[in-house]
Amino acid sequence: MKKYISFFKIRFINGLQYRVAAYAGIATQIAWGFMHILIFKAFYKGDPHSFPMEFSQLSSYIWLQQAFLALFMSWYFDNDIFMTITSGNIAYELSRPMDLYSMWFTKNLAVRLSRAVLRCLPVLLVALLLPEPYGIAPPVSLFGFFMFIITMVLAFLCVVAFSMFIYIIVFYTLSPMGVRVVATSLIEFLTGSIIPLPFFPKKLMKIVSLTPFASMQNLPFRIYSGNIAGREMLFGVLLQLFWVIILILSGRLWMARALKKVVVQGG
Amino acid sequence: MIELRNINKTFKAARRNAGFKEALGALFKNNYTYIHALRDISFTINDGEMVGYIGPNGAGKSSTIKIMSGILYPDSGECIIDGLVPYKNRREHVRNIGVVFGQRSQLWWDVPVIDSFELLKDIYDVDERVYKNNLEELTELLDLKEIIRTPARQLSLGQRMRCEIAASFLHNPKILFLDEPTIGLDAVSKIAVRDFIKKMNQEKKTTVILTTHDMQDIEAITERILLIGRGQILLDGSLSELKVRNSRKKKITLKYDKGQFSLDEGISLVSQVDGHAVFEVDTSVISVQEAIELLSKSADIKDLSVTGASIDEIVVSLYEELKI
Repeated sequence: MKKYISFFKIRFINGLQYRVAAYAGIATQIAWGFMHILIFKAFYKGDPHSFPMEFSQLSSYIWLQQAFLALFMSWYFDNDIFMTITSGNIAYELSRPMDLYSMWFTKNLAVRLSRAVLRCLPVLLVALLLPEPYGIAPPVSLFGFFMFIITMVLAFLCVVAFSMFIYIIVFYTLSPMGVRVVATSLIEFLTGSIIPLPFFPKKLMKIVSLTPFASMQNLPFRIYSGNIAGREMLFGVLLQLFWVIILILSGRLWMARALKKVVVQGG
Repeated sequence: MIELRNINKTFKAARRNAGFKEALGALFKNNYTYIHALRDISFTINDGEMVGYIGPNGAGKSSTIKIMSGILYPDSGECIIDGLVPYKNRREHVRNIGVVFGQRSQLWWDVPVIDSFELLKDIYDVDERVYKNNLEELTELLDLKEIIRTPARQLSLGQRMRCEIAASFLHNPKILFLDEPTIGLDAVSKIAVRDFIKKMNQEKKTTVILTTHDMQDIEAITERILLIGRGQILLDGSLSELKVRNSRKKKITLKYDKGQFSLDEGISLVSQVDGHAVFEVDTSVISVQEAIELLSKSADIKDLSVTGASIDEIVVSLYEELKI
């Protein structure tokens, strides 16, 4: 375990070095948040009752999304890992007494977390200072907040476990380009990072909410604002737990198979 | 102890001819050829040996190293190292080995080298005291003091390679695989690396397996050589054995003023430019002394040197002899 923690540490510290990128990120996220809210505001003005979420809930959703973008962004992949596979440097990683899946999993956790740590506080602060209903509302209840934290962690694991599949596919395709574009656009839509899932057509939403995509940012953000509560919340958490376990187990199995066939590229 | 028995490995490689039409065709149907990288490779290496593993590019050297270090699965055959099958018990096996791939880097690019070392310490669960001792020793032997606090990206190739080698020694490996460790290094760095490897072998009884194209590496470090070509082991013996096989030929290099050389049987002219001439002498036909006498009769010699065939030439002639 200690080796994975050290591995996490070096990657985390490495991530903290990119401060200018973080400032730029913060500015983008705040601007993006405002833009989103203004667009939805225009729609709500038309008819506030035909919307599935209250406006203040939606604002909280958007600000949380911006603040924790680094944890849940589906388009982020560790280029180091792609490089490792395509250049053949994986030879070194395989010559360590470590489990490759856990090593890459840790790496992804560390990078995303280091980015989120640098970015989330300023964005949250701005969102807290905004007047209702444009800013982030305080949590609905203590229990709700507690569940929000739990589901955040599970959602984070779910995102990373899912991205592991993309890395494994690159063992076969040897180029990250295609799979990345397809995966990114699909996941962006299905996880509710373009529009929240309640805005989907009813039937589509029913299907999507059973997939692992609904267990990513959708669940914790909606729990925070009270949009999901009670039984629905309990079901959501269990489903999330189920997906995290399934994704990790199948990822591990697939990786073990891929490694048997791996050809270290280039001499 | 390292034991390989009848190891085979085949790679599939996509092939197509050049051109637009061919590229379009490859969208629908890929032509593959199978490359037999290794055919029935068998050898045994005992603890504490230093073995040079040589052969032309694409002969299968790196593939063998990768199988022995648990990275590659062979198609068939057995490989047992200290009771473990590397690719099946990868994690237990790699604890006992160190690997240096000369063309790749195991150091973290953006952080000081020492951070990479610390990480390796944790990865291999090296005891704090053992680590400190090793680090001190390695720092001194490889002269790392000045560079260990610099990020890897700012090191020269020679400095980086010294760090790479140190990195592979931190956990006291029993076996060290070096895949072209001196590639691209200058003479000073090469000598430093060689001396270090030799020393570690003598003091810690580390088994060393080294692939290289640099014959001086082989000459300086290894006692035993394995020659591989087209995926087969062609020769397994000592360097001196190999040399004896080819010691009949000597080379005479001359600097002369003027004159015309009359050649006898057993002497052949290799090159002749601007008052420099190189001759090859077959000592089974004519002795070196006779050859020199003969040559000195026909020209005014200003300088002269006699050398045996270099290992490079021996290997080239072996390739020819064995038709690889």
